[in-house]
Amino acid sequence: MLAFLIRRLAQAFVVLGVVGLIAFAMFRFAGDPVNQIVGPDTPVSERAAIRKSLGLDDPMLVQFGRYAGNVLRGDFGISYQFRQPVTALLAERIPATLELAFCATLFALGVGILMGVYCALKRDTVLAKLFQAVSLIGVSLPTFLIGILLIFLFSVTLGWLPSYGRGDTVRIGGWTTGFLTVSGLKALILPSVTLGLYQMTLIMRLVRAEMLEVLRTDYIRFARARGLTTRAIHFGHALKNTLVPVITIAGLQLGSVIAFSIITETVFQWPGMGLLFVQAVQNVDIPIMSAYLLLVAAIFVTINLVVDLLYTVVDPRLRTSVGRAA
Amino acid sequence: MDDAAEVPEIRQPTGSRLARFLDSDLWASFRRSKTAMAAFVATVLMFALAFAAPWIVPQNPYDPAQLDLLNSNLPPIWKAEGQAPFLLGTDDQGRDVLSAVLYGLRLSLIVGMLGVLVSGTLGIGLGLVAGYVGGLLDTIIMRVADVQLTFPAILIALVVDGVAKASFGGALDTNATILLIVVSIGLSFWVQYARTVRSSVMVERGKDYVQAARLIGLSTPVIMVRHVLPNVTGPVFVIATINLALAIITEATLSFLGTGLPETMPSLGTLIRIGNKFLFSGEWWVVAFPGIALAGLVIAINLLGDWLRDALNPKLQ
Amino acid sequence: MSDTVLSVRDLRVVFETRRGTLTAIDGVSFDIARGEILGVVGESGAGKSVTGSAVIGLIDPPGRIAGGEIRLRGERIDNLTPEKMRRVRGRRIGMIFQDPLTSLDPLYRVGEQIVETIRTHTDLSAKAARARAIDLLTEVGIPAPERRIDGYPHEFSGGMRQRVVIALALAAEPELIIADEPTTALDVSVQAQVITLLKRLCRERGTAVMLVTHDMGVIAEAADRVAVMYSGRVAEIGPVESVVRAPHHPYARGLMGAIPTLSDTAERLTQIPGAMPRLTAIPPGCAFNPRCPNVFGRCRAERPEPLPVDRTRVACHLYDERGEAA
Repeated sequence: MLAFLIRRLAQAFVVLGVVGLIAFAMFRFAGDPVNQIVGPDTPVSERAAIRKSLGLDDPMLVQFGRYAGNVLRGDFGISYQFRQPVTALLAERIPATLELAFCATLFALGVGILMGVYCALKRDTVLAKLFQAVSLIGVSLPTFLIGILLIFLFSVTLGWLPSYGRGDTVRIGGWTTGFLTVSGLKALILPSVTLGLYQMTLIMRLVRAEMLEVLRTDYIRFARARGLTTRAIHFGHALKNTLVPVITIAGLQLGSVIAFSIITETVFQWPGMGLLFVQAVQNVDIPIMSAYLLLVAAIFVTINLVVDLLYTVVDPRLRTSVGRAA
Repeated sequence: MDDAAEVPEIRQPTGSRLARFLDSDLWASFRRSKTAMAAFVATVLMFALAFAAPWIVPQNPYDPAQLDLLNSNLPPIWKAEGQAPFLLGTDDQGRDVLSAVLYGLRLSLIVGMLGVLVSGTLGIGLGLVAGYVGGLLDTIIMRVADVQLTFPAILIALVVDGVAKASFGGALDTNATILLIVVSIGLSFWVQYARTVRSSVMVERGKDYVQAARLIGLSTPVIMVRHVLPNVTGPVFVIATINLALAIITEATLSFLGTGLPETMPSLGTLIRIGNKFLFSGEWWVVAFPGIALAGLVIAINLLGDWLRDALNPKLQ
Repeated sequence: MSDTVLSVRDLRVVFETRRGTLTAIDGVSFDIARGEILGVVGESGAGKSVTGSAVIGLIDPPGRIAGGEIRLRGERIDNLTPEKMRRVRGRRIGMIFQDPLTSLDPLYRVGEQIVETIRTHTDLSAKAARARAIDLLTEVGIPAPERRIDGYPHEFSGGMRQRVVIALALAAEPELIIADEPTTALDVSVQAQVITLLKRLCRERGTAVMLVTHDMGVIAEAADRVAVMYSGRVAEIGPVESVVRAPHHPYARGLMGAIPTLSDTAERLTQIPGAMPRLTAIPPGCAFNPRCPNVFGRCRAERPEPLPVDRTRVACHLYDERGEAA
């Protein structure tokens, strides 16, 4: 178990190291950092002095070491457009993105598993076929188009839900939350559905395919031969076995939900990290871009680790074989 | 399955390609699937409309001289205030929506296809090299692929886009922008080709005919391209079809986010970005028609890709 | 006849396919008495397993029972509602499948699966059911059952798992057990142990057993009577010593000739030429006629009915009206 954990941790660090290298390369080489500080008519001698003071003439390894050190201390540099520390800018916006991603994942998992199970158990009904067709469209349509469609339906035409922003938020310590106000919760609905729809259709298709597979196995046939109730067979045995692989995929999806929120946040002007990132790309704000990249990688790697651990908890086969390998 | 497909080819070397195709399982499966046929017709129709656009629409939306503010904000022709020849209405610049949609469709298709070409070439090349050469090179390529899979393609494309803009300065002309987007897409989608090709190459490499080719003294690159590559065309073709849809979505998304094609040369994504501003003022047609065109295109291509995958590999569900 | 546990009369099972209706089982009749083991032999596709599935009510669409009767202790069970049939499964008829490796749900402890089966069919408390599960595991010869009851299936060897499967089949003390190739997937050394166990348990409890297998060695070892099936029909049925030592039906003779014995090693093993017809192409008359060494005109036109010959019943025109071999 421990060896397994250490191996996974090592892999995680490799990924983070590579992404760190890319982030550093962007930070250092994409455009001249000096240009971002000085005006166009600053004399060459002054530029050289600034170069030296920034350490841009040091050997690359030293520069990377310094960059890594700064990152580990939570210092991602100064944003070109806002002239503020990137860390503070990101910290201010993390809650909005995480709350959105959380709701989107909840929606995707809840509805996706429900629809997938329905499609597997009642595969020949009209509703199941409808779900299948809708899921294909859900997989095909670009996220921003779905967002616009939802805004048009629920904000413009019906006027039920807000089309942009987080509504009223409550500040608790350093965290702003939209969960505690009615307008905050209402504002979460459309963006969460938009963001979660793609993952929902994926999970639905996955659950359906996996469950159909499980229903064909010998142990389900044997469970029927044992005279268990349909309910026990479907939900006690088939569903549980279905969800083992689904957990992995769903966990990994959470990571991409956070990255995908770039688009949703832009459509709904949601004040999260994604919107900040898009503005950074538009305005060539490299420090924010590289910091965001590293942050997403870190979140992704963490989720991966958690999913691996969760997997060993759920599947007894893995638990002991891993234990024996250790 | 493979054998069955190959036998007729050996037996009738004189038969035309078309005759052989009409005899194939693929064609039979196509004839059976109504969805596939409908998707195919829709795709062909959209390609035709897009590329015939200059001859069938009243306006060149890229030419500012042809826009007339007097014709701005007209609704579609079936509404009371609708005016000929603006079938689907106009936007606030007096731009004809139908013209803009067809030109945008053409742009989206061109960028999408170029993107597929770049990512395919890159992925197939790297996959062949990784699978055939192996060793350290293989490890490096596949590690990079793993790390890249950590991020969604759109994020990679955005980063490539941003970095390029930082490196070349903000002033890029339209052609350079298109090239930049194509490269961004290419760098975002190569991994799947590389993985598929690599694993096929690993399988094929051990087979007798490759050993035989080596024995008669063919060089490694020749063996790879002439003998191994034809065996992976099926899966690569499926990936390319689905990737075309993804590439079009990626371009549209980049343009929608404002980092893609400019408003002077709008793609479907740019048009949706423009139209989105008018959603609340009631001019729904400015966003609706580009949206429908994009959705229709992507769904049709995806349906084709789905069918192709099932038809070429019945074992995959 | 009060001792008859299972009585099957003129059973017909068909599968609806796109190319028409296929008859998998055609007019099969047999009885099994209390404490008796009936071996059912034949090549793959002869309809042995389908017969077993039909008895326990596990024929899945597109298959269905199209005719005949199945009686358990005189009570018809082939036309029960799904819910009533479920209560028969596991409670009155137990089943053992071919592959013990895949018969058990990998995510549940062995004990949980036994307790689940017991509690589905009886009013025992969880505690009493667990005690009974330990008794069962002891009975099927699992060492240290108090400890092993909390193990997962993958922690058991193949032979041990088949013992667990037998314990599960016995959990609610059924009157009849259908064992579908219970030893095929096991090592040769373990096969004999499992057969001995099955035999002993049936003797002790008076359970009737339908032992489906293609292994004549297993039949000779375990069965009291044997039914030889060919193309969904019973070719010959009778006491094991008669059928194995002195088979009447040409197919049965061919089948017995294909078993190596220690006594006559010099003799060459005979082989039946040709293969069993597909369900789509069963010839008119006797299904065996294209391969039969004794074929004559009537065999191609008229289907033979099973008739008593010596101590067995044989479906062959050779024995018609004369009651003995021509």
